[in-house]
Amino acid sequence: MISREEVMHVAELARLHVEDDEVPRLQEELSRIMEYVQRLSELELEEVPPTTRAAPLKNVFRRDEVKSCLSQENAVSNAPAAKDGQFLVPRIG
Amino acid sequence: MDVYELDAFRCRELLAGGEISVRELTQVFLDRVEERDADVRAFLAVNGEEALAQAADVDSRPLSERTSWEGIPVGLKDVLCVKGRETTAGSRMLEGYHPPYDATAVSKLREAGLISLGRLNMDEFAMGSSTENSAFFPTHNPWDLMRVPGGSSGGSAASVSAGEVPWSLGTDTGGSIRQPASLCGVVGLKPTYGAVSRHGLIAFASSLDQVGPITRNVRDAAALLGMIQGKDPLDSTSVGFNEPIREPTTVDLSGRRFGIIKEFIGAACEPGVRRVFNLAVSAIEALGGECEEVSLPSTERGLSAYYIIAPAEASSNLARFDGVRYGMRTEGALDLMDMYKRTRSEGFGAEVKRRIMIGTHVLSAGYYDAYYGQAQRTRTLIIRDFEKAFTDYDVLISPTSPTIAFKLGERVEDPLAMYQADLCTNPVSLAGLPGLSLPAGFSEGMPVGVQLVAPHFADQELLEVGFALERELDVSTKPDGEEVAP
Repeated sequence: MISREEVMHVAELARLHVEDDEVPRLQEELSRIMEYVQRLSELELEEVPPTTRAAPLKNVFRRDEVKSCLSQENAVSNAPAAKDGQFLVPRIG
Repeated sequence: MDVYELDAFRCRELLAGGEISVRELTQVFLDRVEERDADVRAFLAVNGEEALAQAADVDSRPLSERTSWEGIPVGLKDVLCVKGRETTAGSRMLEGYHPPYDATAVSKLREAGLISLGRLNMDEFAMGSSTENSAFFPTHNPWDLMRVPGGSSGGSAASVSAGEVPWSLGTDTGGSIRQPASLCGVVGLKPTYGAVSRHGLIAFASSLDQVGPITRNVRDAAALLGMIQGKDPLDSTSVGFNEPIREPTTVDLSGRRFGIIKEFIGAACEPGVRRVFNLAVSAIEALGGECEEVSLPSTERGLSAYYIIAPAEASSNLARFDGVRYGMRTEGALDLMDMYKRTRSEGFGAEVKRRIMIGTHVLSAGYYDAYYGQAQRTRTLIIRDFEKAFTDYDVLISPTSPTIAFKLGERVEDPLAMYQADLCTNPVSLAGLPGLSLPAGFSEGMPVGVQLVAPHFADQELLEVGFALERELDVSTKPDGEEVAP
């Protein structure tokens, strides 16, 4: 069973706010899912290389050329708050 | 037969023969949306006025000056960015987001002259198998409104099935095109990973995500894939095909060998689905194909590997939604960190948060090797199993979904039960292979699909086999309002 502390730790890492009364439900749900996927950790796979993606590609290069891109105005156009073409955020810490 | 029942090829014939104008054709489908979508709820938004204006523009030019698919209506899953038009990925988090650019698949359809009728409902950030995880409302299965259309491309499949659009684009990470196509009785193709650019597709799991067509038949699927495929400098994982996708013509399967994936027809598979699947096997044999069972033992770990890899990638991809650059922000936070947390907790739905938590957990210190590392190694074994099978067989087959469409609400409280819906599609995604779901028959009055799988970039072969099999099976893909099959 995933502990209360583990749920709070993961939520912190994931930048999610969790209310106290949500913790037992999350503990239960996450434990069930982890128990299901746990089956993999029993396998002996040291000799098997990992696959990161199934595309038949290695390194993909392109010329380092300047191309047109989003304007500053466009880049901030969807921001919840912006000022002078920059993203505006609450104070840090 | 009503015009809304026509596939895209037939629509094109009507336009080419001058029997109908583009404006009339567009209006036919908009009327159908008006008539059916109050029940089906496939569309998050319909842009009728803009579609009609675009249609009038096409009509103003002579037929001889138009490109071949110009003026055919289409629907787009709301995870593909459309420049200047709200795109939400089915999430409150992106409500009001107006992308400053088009997804490559969207711009290709624009260049081909297709007319988008609007954006289609989906599970939030494409996470789900029923479209019930949409932050806005669930979509209903046109064959039985009490049942789910599947997901995550539920709106894309339901809209085609209900005759609201002749075809649509969906996206597939672990089955999100094929499973809803199966549940709604339409054709769904997940192309080989890399065949279609992912630029402008709002990312869920980048090593798995792929855009593909949902259509009435295989010929249309080939045409739509042909339009959207290709290498794109904006997606370095895109490859495209060496040869253009052609209209399939195969009618005889003599000389082709088919492997029935043993692990996908086990206990989880409903008897009714199994029965229809056997009909498809008989149809292949009637066409001269040879079928036998083949075991891919590592695929039994496919769901486990998928539900580590996909959430891990999702937790990383969805880190960008932090209330700073786009989407919503929760006001009244104490400081920046508090704003991040409150925004993400309010903006994401339960399943998305669950997957972010799982993904963060399996990537966190002390767990990485035991979970993520093991899953990536298991992925290698699954790929090897498929490679080995393809030395003996041309195409592998299975049911697309182990069950028919389930009732709305039936699995929504049980994530693991929901995950089982992707039993037969997840391993194919992990291997990056192309998969086609084709309507094969009915169980309890609901459509059942068969999944065909081919080697990497053998999508044309998949379409050829699908074309022949579709003709032999001759299954209706058009439910009609009250007269739906029993």
